[in-house]
Amino acid sequence: MSNIVLEAVGVDKHFAGVHALRGVDFTLRAGQVHALVGENGAGKSTLIKVLTGVHQPDGGQLRLFGDAVSFGSPAQAQQAGISTVYQEVNLVPQLSVAQNLFLGREPRNRLRLLDFAALYRQAGQLLGELGIPIDPRRPLTSYGLGVQQMVAVARSVGAEAKVVIMDEPSSSLEPREVETLFEVIRKLHERDVAVVYVSHRMEELYRICDSVTVLRDGQVVHSGQMAEIGRLELVATMLGRELTNVRTVFSGEHDSRSGTALRAVGLRRRTVLDGVDLDVAPGEVLGLAGLLGSGRTETLKALVGLQPLDSGEIQVDSTTVRTGSVSSAIRAGLVLVPEDRKAEGIIPHLSVRENIVLAALPRLSVAGIVSKRRQRELVDTFMRRLRIKAASQEQRVSELSGGNQQKVMLARWLAMSPKVLLLDEPTRGIDVGAKAEVQALVDELADQGLGIVLVSSDLEEVVEGADRVVVLREGASVAELTGDQVSVDSVLAVIAHEA
Amino acid sequence: MIAGIVRRHGALAVLAVLLVVGGLSFSTFLTPYNLSNLAVQATFLAVVALGMTLVIVSGGIDLSVGSTFALAGVLAAYGSRWGLLVALLLPLAVSALIGLVQGALIARWRMAPFIVTLCGLLFARGLLQLLTKEGSTTYLVPQDSALRWLGQGAVLVVLAVLGYLAGGVLLQRTGFGMRLFAVGGNEDAASLMGLPVARTKVSVYVLSGLLAGLAGVMSTAQLGSGVTVVGVGLELNAIAAVVIGGTMLTGGAGAVSGTLAGVALLAVIQELINQVGRFNSSMQAVVSGAVLIVVVVLQTLLSRARR
Repeated sequence: MSNIVLEAVGVDKHFAGVHALRGVDFTLRAGQVHALVGENGAGKSTLIKVLTGVHQPDGGQLRLFGDAVSFGSPAQAQQAGISTVYQEVNLVPQLSVAQNLFLGREPRNRLRLLDFAALYRQAGQLLGELGIPIDPRRPLTSYGLGVQQMVAVARSVGAEAKVVIMDEPSSSLEPREVETLFEVIRKLHERDVAVVYVSHRMEELYRICDSVTVLRDGQVVHSGQMAEIGRLELVATMLGRELTNVRTVFSGEHDSRSGTALRAVGLRRRTVLDGVDLDVAPGEVLGLAGLLGSGRTETLKALVGLQPLDSGEIQVDSTTVRTGSVSSAIRAGLVLVPEDRKAEGIIPHLSVRENIVLAALPRLSVAGIVSKRRQRELVDTFMRRLRIKAASQEQRVSELSGGNQQKVMLARWLAMSPKVLLLDEPTRGIDVGAKAEVQALVDELADQGLGIVLVSSDLEEVVEGADRVVVLREGASVAELTGDQVSVDSVLAVIAHEA
Repeated sequence: MIAGIVRRHGALAVLAVLLVVGGLSFSTFLTPYNLSNLAVQATFLAVVALGMTLVIVSGGIDLSVGSTFALAGVLAAYGSRWGLLVALLLPLAVSALIGLVQGALIARWRMAPFIVTLCGLLFARGLLQLLTKEGSTTYLVPQDSALRWLGQGAVLVVLAVLGYLAGGVLLQRTGFGMRLFAVGGNEDAASLMGLPVARTKVSVYVLSGLLAGLAGVMSTAQLGSGVTVVGVGLELNAIAAVVIGGTMLTGGAGAVSGTLAGVALLAVIQELINQVGRFNSSMQAVVSGAVLIVVVVLQTLLSRARR
C-alpha cells in the first residue's frame, strides 16, 4: 500500500443542534481515486469542508503525511497542497480564463507587476496539457458551464496539489467533457496525487475510483476497495435499507390522450434556435435530448416566453400563445421548472409556504389581500401530494435537502394548475432516493393528464422517462424517436450523426 | 472585456460631443484659461472618485468620503501651524484610520458597506463640527506655509494625474488589483480559492479613506483655510462619476480611466450650465440632474448598440 497522504481521525462537527459528523475516520493514500458517497445530508459536504479548511472540526484530528494539522482557512489548506473543485463553479466570471487559473499566484515580472505574457503562456500550457482547447485570454463568461468546470479542475491541478477534492465535478459536464475530466484524473493518479471524487452517478464511480467510503447520518458505514462492493450493495449501504430496485423508477409508459396539449412550430432565434418543432399530448412525457448547447434549455425558455423569438408559433390547447411573454405563457397553462434551482428558482430566505404560493399569489388574493388560510390549505395539499419533508410550512426552504427543494419548485408551478409542465434537469444534484421520488412524481403527473417536456443531461433518465424523444442539434429538432426507437443507443446515434 | 471598453468609450464619446457643442456655442468655453480652470476644479472629485472606483470594483460602496474629505481639509489647516509634515500626516492618518475601522467592520464583522460607511459619513461630519465648534472656528493656513505651494493649480493636476496612473497600474497590473476584481465578481469563489478576501476589503477602504483625505488636503492647500461646509454630497458625485465611467455598481468590472472620463464629463456639464448662465443655483441642480439622466441613457444605448 502506498503512503497515507491525508487522514481524518474521529472527526466531529456540530451545527446549531445538528450533529453533522460523528467520529469520522477517513484515510487517503497517494495516487488513490477515492469515492466519497452518501445521500444528501449524510455529511459528505461537511467532511469536504473540514478537509479543505472551510470548517474547523469540533473534535478529532486531521493528519497530513502523518503530522497533525489544522486549517484555519481554505488558503491554508491550499498552501498545504489540498485543492478543491466545487459542484457549483466557483470562479470569477468577469475575469479571463488565465486570470482565473492563476488568481492568487499570478506570475510577476521584475517590478512585481503582473506578467501577462507569462500568464497567458502558462495558462495555455496548462490547458494544453489537460486537453482543454480554449482561449485563455477570453473572459470566463464567454464559455459554458461545462468548460468553466474544466477550468476549475485545471486551476486545482495547477496548484501543485497533493490532494484534489472534486465535489460532483461532472454534474454540469457533457459526456465528452466527462472523458476529458477522467483523463485529467488519470494523469493525477500517475503523478501520485490523491483524488477524492464525490458523485451520485454510479457508472462514473465504478469507472474511475479504486476505493470508496460511504457516509450515512454523519458516520462512516463502509470503507474499502471499490471492486469489492457491487452497485446494488453500495446504494443499499448508502440508503441503509434493502432496495429491490434502485434504478430509475420511471414506468416510461403513459396513456397519452388524444389531442394536443402543446404544439410549437418553427421556433427560431438568431444564433440560438434554428427551427424547433415539437408537440405534446395530454398525459404524455416528451423527452428533449441533445448535447449541452444544442438548444434544450433555450427551447424550454422560448416556450414560456423567457427567450424572445424571431419567429415561430406556440399553441396550448389549440390556442396561440403570444411568444416572448411570460405572463401569457403562464395564463395559457405553460410553466417551467428551471434547471438552476438556486439562481432561478427557490428564494432561500423565504419559507416553504412562501416559496410555493409565490407564483399563485394573484389567484389566491381578493382585491390584493391574500388569505393566509387559503395559502395554508393549498400548501398543505401540495406538501402531502408531493411528499415534501419539512418541519412545517414555515421552515426556511434553504434548510431542506436538494430533493425537497426541487419538490417545492414543482409545487410552486403545479399550484398554477398548468396544462403543460416543462422540466429542465429535474433531478440534477439530488440524491438517489429523492431522484426516485421526483421521477415517480413525474409519472404521476403525466397520469393525471399533464403534458410534460423533460430535459436531462442524464440520457438514461430521458429515455426511461419519456414516451417520445425529440433530438435537438445546433438549435434545430433533427429527429423524433417513438416506441422501440427510444433507447440510449439510438438517441446517441442521432446526436453523433454529423449533419 | 469588450463591453468594458465600449462602456468607457461611451463616456468619452459623450464628452467629445459636449466639448464640440460647448465650443461652438460659447466663445469663452474652449479657451486654455477656462479648460485649465475646469481641470483644477475637477481634481478633488477626481481623487475621491479614484478611491471610489476601487471600492466599487470590490463590490462595496463608500459613502463616508465626502465627510472624510471635509474633515481632512480642516485637519490639514489645523496642522499647518506645525509645518508641512504635520499638515499632511495628521489628516491622512485620520482618514486612513476611518477607512481602516470601516473596512474592518465590513470585512471581519461582515456588516453592510452601505450602513457602515453611512455611519462613517455621520461620524466624520460630527467630528468636524466638534473641531470647528460648529463652524465658528476657522483654521487658516499660514501665509508662509509650504502647504500653499501645494495648492497651485498645476501641482494639483499633476498629483491627480499621478494618482490615476498609479491607480491604473494597481488595478490592472498587480495581484491586489486582480483580487479586487475577484472579490467583487464572486466573493465566495475568491475565499474558496484561498484569496485573502478580508485583507483585500480592509485595504480598499483604507485606500479610499486615504484618497478622500488627500483630496481634502489638496482642497485646503488651494483655499488656504479649512472650510467646514465643503464635501456635502461629494460621495454621490464620486459614485456618479464612477458609474458614468462604466464601472458596474455590482462590482467585479471597471477601470480608472473610465472614472476619469466620468469626472471630466460631470465637470463639463456643470461648466456648460454655468456658461448658459440664466439659471439660479436651484435651477442649476435641476438641469444638471436632468442632463445626467440623458447622459446615462445615451451611454447605455451606445454600449448596447456596439455589443
